[in-house]
Amino acid sequence: MKHSFGYKFTNGMIYAVLSLIGLVTLLPFLYVIIISFTDPSEYLSKSLILIPEKWSFSSYRYILSTEMFIRSLGVSAFLAIVGSIISIMITSALSYSLSRRQFFGKKFFLLAILMTMLFNPGMIPNFLLVESMGLMDTIWSLILPAVTSAWYVFLMRNFYQELPEELEEAAKIDGSNDIGVFFKIMLPISLPAIAAFGLFFAVGFWNTYFNGVLYINSEELRPMQVVLQMMLIQASTNVADPSVAAMLQSEQMLPPETIKMAAVVVASLPIILVYPFLQKYFVKGMLVGSIKG
Amino acid sequence: MIMQEVVVTLSQSNTEHAILASGSERERGGKKRSRLERMKVIIAREKYLYVLALPGLLFFLIFKYFPIWGLALAFQNYSPYLGFWGSEWVGLKYFYDFFTNPDFLLLFRNTMAISLLNIMFFFPVPIVLSLLINEVRSLKFKKTIQTIIYLPHFLSWVIIAGICFIILGQSDGIINKIIVELGGQPIGFLTEPNYFWGLLTAQSIWKEAGWGTIIFLAALAGINQDLYEAAQIDGANRWKQMLNVTLPGIKSTIIVLLILRLGQVMEVGFEQVYLMMSSPVSHVADVFDTYVYRTGIQNGRFSYATVVGIFKSVVGLLLVVMANRLAKKFGEEGLY
Repeated sequence: MKHSFGYKFTNGMIYAVLSLIGLVTLLPFLYVIIISFTDPSEYLSKSLILIPEKWSFSSYRYILSTEMFIRSLGVSAFLAIVGSIISIMITSALSYSLSRRQFFGKKFFLLAILMTMLFNPGMIPNFLLVESMGLMDTIWSLILPAVTSAWYVFLMRNFYQELPEELEEAAKIDGSNDIGVFFKIMLPISLPAIAAFGLFFAVGFWNTYFNGVLYINSEELRPMQVVLQMMLIQASTNVADPSVAAMLQSEQMLPPETIKMAAVVVASLPIILVYPFLQKYFVKGMLVGSIKG
Repeated sequence: MIMQEVVVTLSQSNTEHAILASGSERERGGKKRSRLERMKVIIAREKYLYVLALPGLLFFLIFKYFPIWGLALAFQNYSPYLGFWGSEWVGLKYFYDFFTNPDFLLLFRNTMAISLLNIMFFFPVPIVLSLLINEVRSLKFKKTIQTIIYLPHFLSWVIIAGICFIILGQSDGIINKIIVELGGQPIGFLTEPNYFWGLLTAQSIWKEAGWGTIIFLAALAGINQDLYEAAQIDGANRWKQMLNVTLPGIKSTIIVLLILRLGQVMEVGFEQVYLMMSSPVSHVADVFDTYVYRTGIQNGRFSYATVVGIFKSVVGLLLVVMANRLAKKFGEEGLY
């Protein structure tokens, strides 16, 4: 089919506008990466750098040698791994049982869970709850309150509803109870979906920030996002935590900017690495049951 | 996030009702035993399902329902030393304090301004973007653009704020460096109160607009392709097809999402505001959540901050309920 000039022109415009939008999205990242690899002495000597003449790893070498940043990466990695495993187990078990027809009282529980989406008691009651449970300043204060949400339960339940019931019946004839059916059959066949949800939980835990501000006092337990925020924002004002301010003062006199940007890149890297896998699933995951004919 | 959340739950209620109906019919059709006995039998038979559900249900009970009890703090002069049982009851004192405090109007104004700007300028962007993406015929190009514009959604607000500082900062931001290089005066993008609301809106668009297209692209994919052929036969050009086929096809999605967004008007991205806030802009940046954090957690006025939280939650709940009613009036399914 031949297209008119007008058609081709509109096409060209659409491609141009979208390319521009893509570029606007990417350019800030690109600039951050460039700064993080800029040679420190060049950064200090020039007022404006678009493309550095000399590239260098020294900011990365420095940031990855500071104990505080490394430890915070460890905390966030622990959150992402342990937190996601707990989240997946609890969410999938709950969603699976709520997807079974024979679950008596299902309607009541679903409504109760839905209600939590509509009303949030707020920061102070949540804070006092964590405090009264004795979770303050422990790693569990960052995991337990964030284990799951109504949204994930509904999404996953939708998924389990679509699995054929015959599977369950066959296993039950072989003498398994519901727990056996869940672990031996339902979990293994839903592994791809579980993986997708797991990645979502992992990204959420990796990005844990404000709960860290609220519940964590000890330096060793600070999640990476909290340390990053202290480096990025507090360090430029005078209210900086002394330990963080010290961290930006390297012996080699590296500029704080290149150190900060190296930290930003390190913090984003895990997400950018899992992103291709995430993307494979998330559109599907998001749309499970969401589109009506 | 909110948008997807909503639509996912929306569509569930349908299948839900069907399944629940069939379930309860089955139960009703049973023998003439007392209700309680029947319940016991069913629960005993399905005990393993309850074991599976237990940890999750406990989570919701402890972390979502138990804190509601903490709202009683609002009527006390709560002191952490005396504890809940030892603190003095003061009735509505803190409600009076909050509503007569000039801070109240300021918080209300800031919340509304940030939210309404977001609805006016953010809300249409994913729609326009998805319409553009929908017109792209090259699959490869489409995939690439989608991959790029979804990415910022997964990065934390801390990272976004950090990027914002290195781009827009007064002395070390690249834009100001270019301006200075060209002989201009640096602009305080981050510190000028007049720019602050716009800055938040632009940031939200940059981070979330791409992700927001998912729901509209799905709605677009659901439009019957025959309609386009029919329109072409009638001689409609691309623009006319968009006006007469595409837009009507996603109209109901747009309306529902808009109504439900209006129901969330009290919700302002807390982490975003908290991270971008600095003393020069605090009078335009302070919203309910940042105020609760400052007065409650930082200054230890727990009861007063609880009142602020209650006000926000209750108004938020009312708005969601109203929005839901309104969505149903438009013949759409609501949130519940």
